[in-house]
Amino acid sequence: MTAPATSAEAPPARSLSGPAAQLAVQLALVAAVLAGAFAVLGPEQFINALTLGSIYALIAIGYTMVYGIIELINFAHGDVFMVGTFVSLALLGTLGFTAAVHDPLLLVVLLAGDFLVTMILLGVVGVVIERTAYRPLRTAPRLAPLITAIGVSFILQNLVQGVPPYFGYGPYATNAPQIFPTDAFLRVGGTNVPVLSLLILAVALGLMITLQLFVGRTRIGRSMRSTALDRDAAALMGVNINRTIAITFFIGSALAGAAGVTYGLQYGVTRFDLGFQAGLKAFTAAVLGGIGNTIGAALGGFIIGFIEVGAAAMGQARWGPAIVFGALVVVLVFRPAGLLGQQVGERA
Amino acid sequence: MSVVQDLPTPGGARGMRTRASAFGGRHRSLSITLGMALVAAVLPVLAGVPPFSSFQPQAAWIDGFTNAGVFVLLALGLNIVVGVAGLLDLGYAAFFAIGSYAYAYAASPFGNQILGINVQAALGDAAGLVFWPMLAIGALVAALFGVLLGAPTLRLRGDYLAIVTLGFGEIVPIVFLNSDAVTNGTNGIGGIYRPYLPGFGAYSATNPWPYYITTVAVVTLVLILCYRLVESRIGRAWEAIREDELAAAANGINTVTTKLLAFALGASTAGIAGVLNTAKLTVVSPDQFTFVISFTVLAMVVLGGMGNFWGVAVGAFVIYTINNVVLKSLNQFFQSVGVPILKDIDFLQLQFLLYGLALVAMMLLRPEGLFPNSRRTRELHADVVPVEEDAEGEAAAGGAAGGAGEGGR
Amino acid sequence: MSDRPNILEAVRVTRRFGGLVAVNEVDFTIPEGSIVSLIGPNGAGKTTFFNVLLGIIDPTSGSVQFAGRRMIARPRRAGLESLVWVLPSIAVVLVGLALAAAGILGGAGIALAAVVAIGLLVATLLLAIVRPLWYQAFLVRLGIFRSARPNDMVQAGMGRTFQNIRLFKNMTAVENVLIGMHSRMHASPLDAFFSTRRGRREEAASDRRAQELLALVGLRGIGNELAKNLPYGDQRRLEIARALASSPRLLLLDEPAAGMNPKETLDLMKLISRLRADLGLTVLLIEHDMKVVMGISDRVTVLDAGRKIAEGTPEQVRSDPRVIEAYLGKPAA
Repeated sequence: MTAPATSAEAPPARSLSGPAAQLAVQLALVAAVLAGAFAVLGPEQFINALTLGSIYALIAIGYTMVYGIIELINFAHGDVFMVGTFVSLALLGTLGFTAAVHDPLLLVVLLAGDFLVTMILLGVVGVVIERTAYRPLRTAPRLAPLITAIGVSFILQNLVQGVPPYFGYGPYATNAPQIFPTDAFLRVGGTNVPVLSLLILAVALGLMITLQLFVGRTRIGRSMRSTALDRDAAALMGVNINRTIAITFFIGSALAGAAGVTYGLQYGVTRFDLGFQAGLKAFTAAVLGGIGNTIGAALGGFIIGFIEVGAAAMGQARWGPAIVFGALVVVLVFRPAGLLGQQVGERA
Repeated sequence: MSVVQDLPTPGGARGMRTRASAFGGRHRSLSITLGMALVAAVLPVLAGVPPFSSFQPQAAWIDGFTNAGVFVLLALGLNIVVGVAGLLDLGYAAFFAIGSYAYAYAASPFGNQILGINVQAALGDAAGLVFWPMLAIGALVAALFGVLLGAPTLRLRGDYLAIVTLGFGEIVPIVFLNSDAVTNGTNGIGGIYRPYLPGFGAYSATNPWPYYITTVAVVTLVLILCYRLVESRIGRAWEAIREDELAAAANGINTVTTKLLAFALGASTAGIAGVLNTAKLTVVSPDQFTFVISFTVLAMVVLGGMGNFWGVAVGAFVIYTINNVVLKSLNQFFQSVGVPILKDIDFLQLQFLLYGLALVAMMLLRPEGLFPNSRRTRELHADVVPVEEDAEGEAAAGGAAGGAGEGGR
Repeated sequence: MSDRPNILEAVRVTRRFGGLVAVNEVDFTIPEGSIVSLIGPNGAGKTTFFNVLLGIIDPTSGSVQFAGRRMIARPRRAGLESLVWVLPSIAVVLVGLALAAAGILGGAGIALAAVVAIGLLVATLLLAIVRPLWYQAFLVRLGIFRSARPNDMVQAGMGRTFQNIRLFKNMTAVENVLIGMHSRMHASPLDAFFSTRRGRREEAASDRRAQELLALVGLRGIGNELAKNLPYGDQRRLEIARALASSPRLLLLDEPAAGMNPKETLDLMKLISRLRADLGLTVLLIEHDMKVVMGISDRVTVLDAGRKIAEGTPEQVRSDPRVIEAYLGKPAA
């Protein structure tokens, strides 16, 4: 809100580089970061970092989308991801799959079903949360929905934890079935690349590209962008604000669900309080990359993956979070809107 | 000054109310002291009679009130930052931790050894005397770290500040956890001296009264200081920044310094709370300062009514008591009363569920908090629509209707 | 007019937003004690120019000198300033480590070095925030320049009002004026804590002066009304009172007559003239109402599409063909 005085007379003009050039610059930056990380970490750790980073990126997109459209830090989002890990394991457990599946056809069907069902379920969970806890507070003081978000976070954690003999998984780590064989490798230039990592990367990239196209090319995507820019103006132009926000929550939560499935496949274990830390890092990723920017979220996710894996490789895993937040502070001090965010040329 | 109208005043008759608030306005410090003394005297009496006495014995209540007092302090401090100056701080527990460790270093054999001093040798049995100067030193140390964190980050827009503070709130316990050599890692620092005051009852685990009285005194003092501050030039500047930062700057307010001051003062209050809490627990470890503390305190501020110190204090007290006394004693209560199904459920396992539900429900019912600052409420509602002067009434009306009218807009 | 010294000199001020040049190489001076107006069609860059003058936005190039000091220019090597904050502390740490490596310092010495380093860091960061004059001079010596911030400009003696009134709506009229007085008050938090005599005196004196200022702009007796409940014209006056509260030497008024009826406009003109006569103020006015501009200005400057196209007395400007063209378009040839 520091800009109105200037924008009154000087509408932000057509930038020198068009959107295509901008996209190219951003992708080039991502590539540069990836190359740097590859050089520092070496191929094997690089793959690990990339896998972890894509999980963070998937969660980060949900934060970025929700923040972009209603300026709410959705604290329950990390817990939605956590619920995703449990939905996936419950699903597979119910069907009786607890170990690696080696029949390729069955595996593909199972994975597709797992992703689809988890994403839809979680999307619905996200919409329900938005409907009950956030929408009634849309005109309330700004911090009110933040508090309900925290409340929802507690509720989700406690529901998953449950009261063990009757329902829930208790306060301990629960095994997630790793139905994708973790011992399948692809040999690339002298390095064993786990096929699972490639799968996770492909899923993450596929979802992100789909999202970009969806937001950029479809009618619903356009209403999302217009609502993010100016909700009232969008409403006047006939955009159904409630539906648009609900769809945003659906997509963001579904992506968190996908992240939950991939997390279970990759790490094989989950816990009721997984969501807070993961969510915190994912949100940091979103801010680091520039909030409101999907490519930024991906970039931030990868950077955090690199830092964590790098710290672990050096035997300093316990300092990982501290380094992540230190990096965040440094980036924000020098680039206040994040790495790829729109820098506001304003001092006030 | 408008703060007067926020004071919950006893008595129903309008004339008496205005007279009481006029008195409160003129003799603010005196009325706060009297009010606190009254509350401090009534609470123990209430705790000793049914139905409250059936929850837990009176001594346990007093102990709980003391702990609640620590959270009241935290909420008062955060209210300066979030409620008055409008800066979203999500890592407030970090300053609580810093104050706690500051006292641990000054008042335990382990900490003394790290610092290279020996309080015990110098003071003997009266080692607990360090508690009193440490109240101030703890505040200073916490304020120092507040400045350290705030100086590079306060230029950032509000929500970026939120994430940086959230990160800081995570880093500080990690640092205390991982720096084994100087913090004793997970186990934390134990053997911390209890406060000592000649001629005053002994501070001990079994006698809750000295701690109770000390806490009430500290809360009273902090409340008085808070009120004096918000009614001064600095408090006005905070409100101006919260309402319109650019206009505040264009009217000569150094927004960064002023925000930093709010940050530092908020942090120093958390430091005091940390010293007090640690002197009571006599042990400090990193796991006491999780994000749950930060969020709970934030919830206390928002639910109490941002910007209104009395409201926030009451909000903190209510939430603490619900979360730590009522929810924890539900088992006992339902068993003793013998409610059929409820007596078989272990509510301890559902504590966070109930807490979360309580937060959501209270927020949905009263988005402005229990005791809203009237000025603040209007302003926040006005925020919703980016209004110019003439849209004001409409915005306020839309706010009162909650989300009901939203779909039509 | 030219015999009086200039209180403000803007030299070739340019501000771009992406590809749009909002203000283009504008030279502009204001002689002390004069009433100068800036006019131009909508979108001519007037408000942007105002915002540059007050340090709200940085110019792309050019500079502004105010009250004899160069205050505003494009920032130069601003990124380096952060090095100034951290280098002393890093130096202390390095020295500490070096001494330890040489066996001169023990563990306690390293701890001491760390404490000193943190202390230094806090001190330099605070310095960077308060930005005293000597610190700015030091930075200039290092080749680092940053424009003054709005509050520095107010401190130096510039007050302003906003085109779209920006009062603190939920504060009372008196409180609004007291905010304006903030930069001229000195009470510290400690004064507030201990309710010192100094603090109370200052508060009482400020309160009295706020009432006087309200009376001066014709708002006697509405001090306890919330700003947003005031009628539109009164809000404009209150904004002027708030700007006056910082005891400015130069008052920038951004379309003060916008939305006023003829009677209110007339009162406003009288008020502005009186401010100069009674308080010796210099006034810079952006205005669309030509009656106001032509009625009270000593000099009028016309902007169009970011460029200065005319300057002179009201009569000269009124008859300037370029001005007529800018406002009415090219006459059909």
